[in-house]
Amino acid sequence: MSDITKKSLTEIVRLIKKKEIKSEELTQSFIKNINNDKKLNSFITNCSDEALNKAKNFDKNPKLDTLLPGVPIAVKDLFCTLGVKTTAGSKMLENFVPNYESSITNNLWNEGAFLLGKLNCDEYAMGSSNETSYYGNVMNPIAVNTVPGGSSGGSASALAANLTPTTIGTDTGGSIRQPASFTGTVGLKPTYGLCSRWGIVAFASSLDQAGPMTKTVEDCALMLEVMAGFDKKDSTSINKKKENYSKNLTDNIKGLKIGIPKEYRVDGMPKEIDNLWENGKNLLKDSGAQIVDISLPNTKYALPTYYIVAPAEASSNLARYDGVKYGYRSKKGNNLIEMYENTRSEGFGDEVKRRILIGTYVLSSGYYDAYYIKAQKVRQLIKNDFDQSFKKVDAILTPSTPSSAFKIGEKKNNPISMYLNDIFTVPVNLAGIPAISIPAGTDNNNYPLGLQLIGRPLDEQKLLNIAYAAEKKINFKQSLNRWWEK
Amino acid sequence: MTKPIRKYLIEGEKGKWEVVIGLEVHAQVTSNSKLFSGSSTKFGAEPNTQVSLVDSAFPGMLPVINEFCIQQAIKTGLGLKAKINSYSVFDRKNYFYADLPQGYQISQYKNPIVGEGEITLDLAEGSKKVGIERLHLEQDAGKSIHDLDPSSTFIDLNRSGIALMEIVSKPDLRSPDEVNVYVKKLRSIMRYLGTCDGNMQEGSLRADVNVSVRKEGDKHLGTRCEIKNVNSIKFMQMAIDYEAKRQVEILESGKKINQETRLFDTKKNETRSMRSKEDAHDYRYFPDPDLLPLNIDQNLIEKIKKSLPELPDQKKERFINEYSLTPYEANVLVYDKEISEYFEEVVKNSDKNLTKNWIMGDLFASLNEKNISITESLVTANKMAQLIDCISSGLISGRTAKEVFEIIKETGEEPKKIIESKGLQQKSDPKELEKIIDKIISENKDKVTQYKSGKDKLFGFFVGQVMKVSGGKANPQLVNEILKQKLK
Repeated sequence: MSDITKKSLTEIVRLIKKKEIKSEELTQSFIKNINNDKKLNSFITNCSDEALNKAKNFDKNPKLDTLLPGVPIAVKDLFCTLGVKTTAGSKMLENFVPNYESSITNNLWNEGAFLLGKLNCDEYAMGSSNETSYYGNVMNPIAVNTVPGGSSGGSASALAANLTPTTIGTDTGGSIRQPASFTGTVGLKPTYGLCSRWGIVAFASSLDQAGPMTKTVEDCALMLEVMAGFDKKDSTSINKKKENYSKNLTDNIKGLKIGIPKEYRVDGMPKEIDNLWENGKNLLKDSGAQIVDISLPNTKYALPTYYIVAPAEASSNLARYDGVKYGYRSKKGNNLIEMYENTRSEGFGDEVKRRILIGTYVLSSGYYDAYYIKAQKVRQLIKNDFDQSFKKVDAILTPSTPSSAFKIGEKKNNPISMYLNDIFTVPVNLAGIPAISIPAGTDNNNYPLGLQLIGRPLDEQKLLNIAYAAEKKINFKQSLNRWWEK
Repeated sequence: MTKPIRKYLIEGEKGKWEVVIGLEVHAQVTSNSKLFSGSSTKFGAEPNTQVSLVDSAFPGMLPVINEFCIQQAIKTGLGLKAKINSYSVFDRKNYFYADLPQGYQISQYKNPIVGEGEITLDLAEGSKKVGIERLHLEQDAGKSIHDLDPSSTFIDLNRSGIALMEIVSKPDLRSPDEVNVYVKKLRSIMRYLGTCDGNMQEGSLRADVNVSVRKEGDKHLGTRCEIKNVNSIKFMQMAIDYEAKRQVEILESGKKINQETRLFDTKKNETRSMRSKEDAHDYRYFPDPDLLPLNIDQNLIEKIKKSLPELPDQKKERFINEYSLTPYEANVLVYDKEISEYFEEVVKNSDKNLTKNWIMGDLFASLNEKNISITESLVTANKMAQLIDCISSGLISGRTAKEVFEIIKETGEEPKKIIESKGLQQKSDPKELEKIIDKIISENKDKVTQYKSGKDKLFGFFVGQVMKVSGGKANPQLVNEILKQKLK
């Protein structure tokens, strides 16, 4: 059989169900790739032994009426996993082993999958290049010393390099879609509230959303089906019926209206991305969709709004990491205050500290109205823009990122330039709506570029259908020379 | 004629000062589980045995509102005749402390669940309405234990996450006495509603006390100080007394009051500065993004309104009308729900006057003496009713009843059995009494002559003789009647 690790999740599930491959063989193949990985650094915790045991157990008594039978899956290290270290990419949680399982990973295991490992990510999911992780940089399999994007950088890298058949990430401002775009993979940020946040280390509660990262749109539909669902343990979870996204997947998008927002044409955007966007429009038109010019006038305020709302929430969410109950505690300090100061100074990295400082500042009395309240108002305006547009169109097409993957270190000392990378993804989180990034081509360096489709709240099915149609037309093929194994 | 109002004023060297007091009462919501988690709220458990992952703020844990606590807050609001807000928001109050696992307390800041209401105080000089500013729900913190180890602090998170109602009064109180009546009334209302057990020993009711002073007649509020976390009414009164005098002294010496938070030292009986306004925490309140705003359905409010029990004020009115009690007596009998229920249980088949006198007299004295509550007394309502019945029916005299009461109080025995076994029944047979009386009259002819010639006081002598001969068991009423006839 040809290399099973290159196949899509859907194909793997089909082979297992037809008993053409055993879970043990499948798992062994991924473990071999993981062991051969000398440079990507996409894993923080390797669960090969446990995974192999689970695979063997599965094969002894294969339960095939599940959606992910016998499939090993590595997940972003932001999902708490029962008995398996969960670091959130931080020194603060270097030795933290949860005695509980996040709702989302639990959903995966309930459908027959098991844990292959925990994937590297930016510290507390704060970053766009995976360079803020305490556990080191992750490389993009497309080229040496190239970032995989972030914060779900380890997830994207491992997926693209065939170290896991699928993965899950979290997306607060683009943390699934931007790395998907950088690595030539598919990433979906669902409607806020569709996937439970229970058991995910929180960054910004009103923006965080878990989502699938896959090789194909079909895989994405399957994974979303497994992940989505009401969870009474998450008060912001939406109570609605489960949908059968993969079964209802179709490339028939005739008559759908696709909006093209003029505000996403930013200064200094590479020509290749413009072309990619143009190409996307044309192929959707070829598929029978109608292209409509729209305006999202408040787009320019999205990034500054995001960098008030997200740090504000983060500054409060991260207050619990104080050295008292679990996680890292500094040995220095003569009293409680000094223990706090030393623990948090030593346990958090620079980017996390920066955001805690920003967040604390914008919530302070005297600044609260000017920053936080104002940002909430602008957030509503941004959401209104989308609501207005969705009266006219079924989905919106934009580039996923303003550039392709950049080099490690290139933007590290320029936070603003780093933040600008999320310019196309952030508005979606502020509006709480779903968006998917699919690979749509490459730039001059042969680095992948993604297109983003944005949909109405809870309209993931239509979004997947459009992406599915586009994927067929684009027929993107990734060729990697597996340099990281040498 | 209006009664003279006994104003509580501080006599300074330069005049009289009025004390202005506002209270923030923290009342623990009666609920089996915590405000945002399913952990038990039972008092007195081993440390850290009632702590969930949410209460200890583990990564990725999320709060889920306990709807019962919402209903309890609404109920309390209705009991305070307050406006229930259909829209309210949970906010995060951010500060670091070792017994605050989340690094923030979930509370309500700008949009509390309950708005303005009022409480009527029954004071010696008449009734007074005290405004309620608001009531909001919030989580309690854990407990830091500093005295178990010389170098470490221990943390008990059993309290962490327990639901509290913070009930904020307007600055309408004017004396330690009013504070006493206010807290008791508030406690009484909540106990009637079953929304807070008001148990101060277990910390179910604590208060922050805001105190300021102003020259008598001045309409402007002075600068206030907040005395934090006082856990008994007596300490509240002592703290106010000390604090008001301290402020008067400062103002009379020409200095200004610093707005600050102070602590009451119960051992030294003084308040001490904790932090000044400049050092006040910046709590960085913002809406908790893990919780949706609370939208309360009008139907729920109506439903709860219909289920409200009779409250102290209503019961007081009814007691006055039904049982011909004075307002004072009615107040005393309704303050404690259990006492009011005891009273009604006894009075339904007994004489009104005897019931009220026995409960407010001997029974209350016995409760005080033993320092127990009415539900703990061996003199149950049933036994009290029996005892009173024995008096009304003439089986025993009031004096003998006291003797019987003393025995019930200690042993819980049935009154009738005690009377029987000790042979305490009254002699109420007129023929038997006549015999005794005839004998006494014949033996004291001289006294009879004196009595008849106008020495009325000798009547008591005859009664005494009858009692002596009958061993105290003669029915005094009957003795009176017969004697009067015979001595005509």
